[in-house]
Amino acid sequence: MPVIKYIQPNGQAVEFEVPLGSSVMQGAMDNMVEGIVAECGGACSCATCQVYVDPAWMEIVGPACDFEQDMLSAASDVRSNSRLSCQIEITPELHGLIVSMPG
Amino acid sequence: MPQLPCIIIGASHAAAQLAPSLRQEGWDGPILVVGDESFIPYHRPPLSKAYLLGEKTVDELLIRPADAYGRHGIEFRLGVRVESIDRQAKTLTLASGEELAYAKLAICTGTRVRTVNLPGSELAGVHYLRNIEDIDRIRQVVRPQGRAVIVGGGYIGLETAAVLNQLGMQVTVLEMADRVLARVTAPQVSAFFQRVHEQEGVSIQTAVAVSGFAGDGRVERVLCADGRLFAADLVIIGVGVVPNVELAAQAGLATDNGILVDACARTADPDIVAVGDCTLHPSPYYGFIRLESVPNATEQAKSAAAALCGKDKPYAALPWFWSDQYDVKLQIAGLNQGYDQVVVRGDREVGRSFCAFYLKQGKLIAADCVNRPQEFMFSKRLITENIEVNAQQLADEDIQLKSLLVPVDAALPLN
Repeated sequence: MPVIKYIQPNGQAVEFEVPLGSSVMQGAMDNMVEGIVAECGGACSCATCQVYVDPAWMEIVGPACDFEQDMLSAASDVRSNSRLSCQIEITPELHGLIVSMPG
Repeated sequence: MPQLPCIIIGASHAAAQLAPSLRQEGWDGPILVVGDESFIPYHRPPLSKAYLLGEKTVDELLIRPADAYGRHGIEFRLGVRVESIDRQAKTLTLASGEELAYAKLAICTGTRVRTVNLPGSELAGVHYLRNIEDIDRIRQVVRPQGRAVIVGGGYIGLETAAVLNQLGMQVTVLEMADRVLARVTAPQVSAFFQRVHEQEGVSIQTAVAVSGFAGDGRVERVLCADGRLFAADLVIIGVGVVPNVELAAQAGLATDNGILVDACARTADPDIVAVGDCTLHPSPYYGFIRLESVPNATEQAKSAAAALCGKDKPYAALPWFWSDQYDVKLQIAGLNQGYDQVVVRGDREVGRSFCAFYLKQGKLIAADCVNRPQEFMFSKRLITENIEVNAQQLADEDIQLKSLLVPVDAALPLN
């Protein structure tokens, strides 16, 4: 099972195995990682699950779809490596992925 | 003597947030969630969407897997109904007669579907839609070319119509008002959704009152007051919900159309909070409101957890909602109650992308955004930041909403 590393707003890093087919958001919810809200439960509707993808992983994670980009462009504290974590599906290639949560 | 638990009544969206938030706020005693359904908390919105469509399993609906709660010492008693609350003794009585003592109590009893009492409404094949088991029963009746009649043209009715249509059924929606979504949107938005559904092949009948259901052993026809008949293999009634306030009312807590709580989700009893769809709570934007909303349950749960730990964290989030139908993603910012003007941005008569802004005395109070995520996000801010806007700006696609976020004072010296 891929291991995802979450850096919480207080700087503390935690690592969890997240099942294939799940999402980076769901992995955070399952393990009660602090820093994301995920109000809509993964419907790409609220932008409350924003994470910053470690720059080294940006290419592997891939780009956001148009709808997600539109959501992000209007969200707060957006950076060039922002993604909505509900839209990052866990694949074998993501083993070791590092994301940090907005403060 | 072991510490008494905080008991949460209702294994709901509210409970799924409240229980872990209690830990974060420092509650180190036991936490027990008592729910009358047989599932740990699950996402309810996908029931009328991905779950009915068959794209999600029960496990995928769960807000968190069971072991996530276990790791935080959060226990569940499922399939158990609470019959009464004794606030003096600080105990609950379950349907079995068993008594549970609590130190703190959170009432998250949600809502139940409004039922109709019409001839034939008990026939097999007539369904309501609120929980997993409802959908499982409905799915057994779904078959391509079958005829489905939806009673009620609200969001649940329309979402269900969209999915059953996608599953190959011939779908008719019967709405008592003269337009769908009459209670929640402007006529312009109602007309849009009627057009989309008709384009997709759903028949929408408005201003029609259902008078009963008929069939030999199971439903075959829906009868209307004007004499019309609609053939049906499946009927789904979606005519709203009523809040479950009885437990609280019987315990002497103030209720109206909801359990009365303050901005921190507290009832008048210092040991009892109430959270979610069942509460009537103050909003800084709209006065006292009762919402049927996941984000509301989640945000209010955080305030409630803090309150139970003796801290003030008033809940002030702007209400928002969403609905997915076909390729239409509707995002709603705010509540439109009391609006005096509707401004449309984009073409609502062609295509599937526009916004309807609701203004009250020159201020934006709500926005229905159809496949317009940016406008939705900026509308939330325009509302919460109480920014004055005008109709021309909102309607003009060349003016980005983002540019309206500049405070009025700073934007004034144009010349």
